[in-house]
Amino acid sequence: MAISEAEVKKVARLARLAVPDERLAAYTQNLCNILDLVDQLSAVDTTGVEPMAHPLEMMQRLREDVVTETDHREKYQAVAPEVEDGLYLVPKVIE
Amino acid sequence: MSQADSIHTLSLKGIHDGVHTGKFSVMEATDAYLDRIERFNPELNAYITVTRESAQAQAVDIDNRIRKGELTGAMAGVPYALKDLFCSEGVRTTCASNMLSNFISPYDAHVAEKLKAAGGVLLGKNNMDEFAMGSSNETSAFGNVRNPWDTTKVPGGSSGGGAATIAARLAPMTLGTDTGGSIRQPASFCNITGIKPTYGRISRYGMIAFASSLDQCGPMAPSAEDCAITLNVIAGLDSRDSTSVDLPVPDYTANLNDSIEGLRIGLPKEFFAEGLDVQVGAVIDRAIKQFQAKGAIIKEVTLPNSHLAVPVYYVVAPAECSSNLSRFDGVRFGHRCENPKDLLDLYERSRWEGFGDEVKRRIMIGTYALSAGYYDAYYLKAQQVRRLIKQDFEAAFKDVDVIMGPSCPTTAFGIGAKKDDPIAMYLEDLYTIPVSLAGLPGMTFPIGFATDGLPVGMQLVGNYFEEARMLNIAHQYQQWTDWHTQVPAQFA
Repeated sequence: MAISEAEVKKVARLARLAVPDERLAAYTQNLCNILDLVDQLSAVDTTGVEPMAHPLEMMQRLREDVVTETDHREKYQAVAPEVEDGLYLVPKVIE
Repeated sequence: MSQADSIHTLSLKGIHDGVHTGKFSVMEATDAYLDRIERFNPELNAYITVTRESAQAQAVDIDNRIRKGELTGAMAGVPYALKDLFCSEGVRTTCASNMLSNFISPYDAHVAEKLKAAGGVLLGKNNMDEFAMGSSNETSAFGNVRNPWDTTKVPGGSSGGGAATIAARLAPMTLGTDTGGSIRQPASFCNITGIKPTYGRISRYGMIAFASSLDQCGPMAPSAEDCAITLNVIAGLDSRDSTSVDLPVPDYTANLNDSIEGLRIGLPKEFFAEGLDVQVGAVIDRAIKQFQAKGAIIKEVTLPNSHLAVPVYYVVAPAECSSNLSRFDGVRFGHRCENPKDLLDLYERSRWEGFGDEVKRRIMIGTYALSAGYYDAYYLKAQQVRRLIKQDFEAAFKDVDVIMGPSCPTTAFGIGAKKDDPIAMYLEDLYTIPVSLAGLPGMTFPIGFATDGLPVGMQLVGNYFEEARMLNIAHQYQQWTDWHTQVPAQFA
C-alpha cells in the first residue's frame, strides 16, 4: 500500500519528528516498502480469531495501593537537560 | 604461560572455582579481561563504555568478601558485561543512541542489581543496534561492531556487541535482549550460546523498552552451562515489572546432565524450505544426525503461518516502539535541541536529532499503524495473525518436546551489504521472529562452520518455561562436540 509524502508529513507530526523536506522522499519510499511487506496480512482470513494481547494470556498483575517509591527528585533531575528549583524547564507554553 | 594469560579460556564455573580456591584473585580475573578489552576492542568496537575503575574497585571489595566467606554463589567473583540498554547506576547507558549519549543512569536495572548482589564484576557496556532495532549492529550511533570470525562481516544484531564480546572472550558472559531474534541471530553469527527465555521469565525493570509484548533479556556466553548459571541468578518474579511471571524458578543447572535419549525433536518444514542457504542447511543436517545418533527421535512438524511472522512483527514491534519511545521528549532526560522556539519545536527537533533513521522509520510506521482509521487494518489484524502463529506452535508441541532448525538463513553477511535495504535486513529474522511472537523460549548454540568458514548456530525452541530442558539439550550437545570452545585465532 502506498503512503503519500503528505501522509508521511502528518505521521511525522503525530510522532513529534521534525522531518526536513529534503528527507521526506526517502522516508516515504522506505515506509511504502515496509507497508508493502505488511500488506500480506490483509489476505489472511482472521474471521473469529481473537486478537492476541499477551503471549501468555495473563492478566496485568495489580499491586497494593501503597507508596513504594521514595523521593529521588534530585537524583532523577540530575540527568535532565534543564531544571530550576526542582522543576523541569520548557519553552513558555501560556502567554 | 602465566595464569592471567589463560583466565579468558575458562568457563564461568572455572573462574568461580579459580577465585574460590585461591588460584587467582577476582582482581586478576578482572584485569585479565580489562587488558583483553584494551587490546582487542579498538578493532571490534564491541564495548561502548568500559568501566575499568569501578570494575577494579568492585574486584577489591569482592575479593575481600569472598575471603571472609560472605560471598560464595556461582557468580561471585565472575566478571561480566551488559548490553548498553540495561540501566546501570552511575554508568553511562546509551542504548547506542545520540538521544542518550550522555545519560548516566540514576538506578540499576533489576538484572544489574541481581548480578551486582551476586558478586559479579561489571566490565562495561556492550555496543548494540540503536534502541535494539537492527540485525547487524550497523544502526549504532557509536559505530558498527565487527565480527571476530571475519572483521569484514557484521556480528548480527541487535545484541551484536555482546556476541562479539563473547566470541573474542572479552568477557565470560554478557546479558543481551531479544525482541525478534536479537540474542539468537548474533549468537549464530558469532559461534556462541545465547538464550531468550519465555516472555516474563526475567524482570525488565530498568531495561530500556522497545516492544513490550516481545522484549525479553537473556544470557550470552560460550556454553549452555554458563547460561544456566546466569539464569539462576537473574530469573524470577519482580514486583517492579508487571509482566514478570510469578512461577517458581528451577535450578537450571540441576538437569544439565540428563540423557536426551527418546527426546522428540520437531523440524518445522517451513524452516528448511527455499531461502535457507544450502551450506547452512548442511551444517544443521549434520547436527540433527548427531542428535539422532544419541537416541533422539526426529519428526517433521509444520508451522503453516510462520511466513506471516515478519509482516506481523513489523506492525506490532513498531506500534509498541512508537508508544515506548514517546518518553524521549527532550524534557526529563536525553538529548535536547538548541534554542527551541516553542514546546512543539523542542519535541520535534530533539527527537529528530536524537534518533537515528531506523528508529525514526519504526516510530513512524508504528504511529501510522495506530492512527485513527488504520488501527483495525494493521494492529488488530496483526494481533489476530499473531494468535494463528502461536496456535501453530501449540499444535506442534503436541507431537514433539522441542523444535530445532536454523537460527538464521545465512552465515554473517558483509558490513554494509544490507544497510540501505531495511526489508532485506528484516527478512534476516524470519526463523527467530515467530518464536518471539508466540512468547516461547528460544536459544542458539554453535554447531560448526559453513564452507565460507563462518559459524552456524542451531535454534532450539522449547515449550513455555522449558528453559531447563533446552539448556540440558544444548549442554549434552556440548559434551559431544567442541564448537562452543572454538575462538578465532587472532583472539585466542
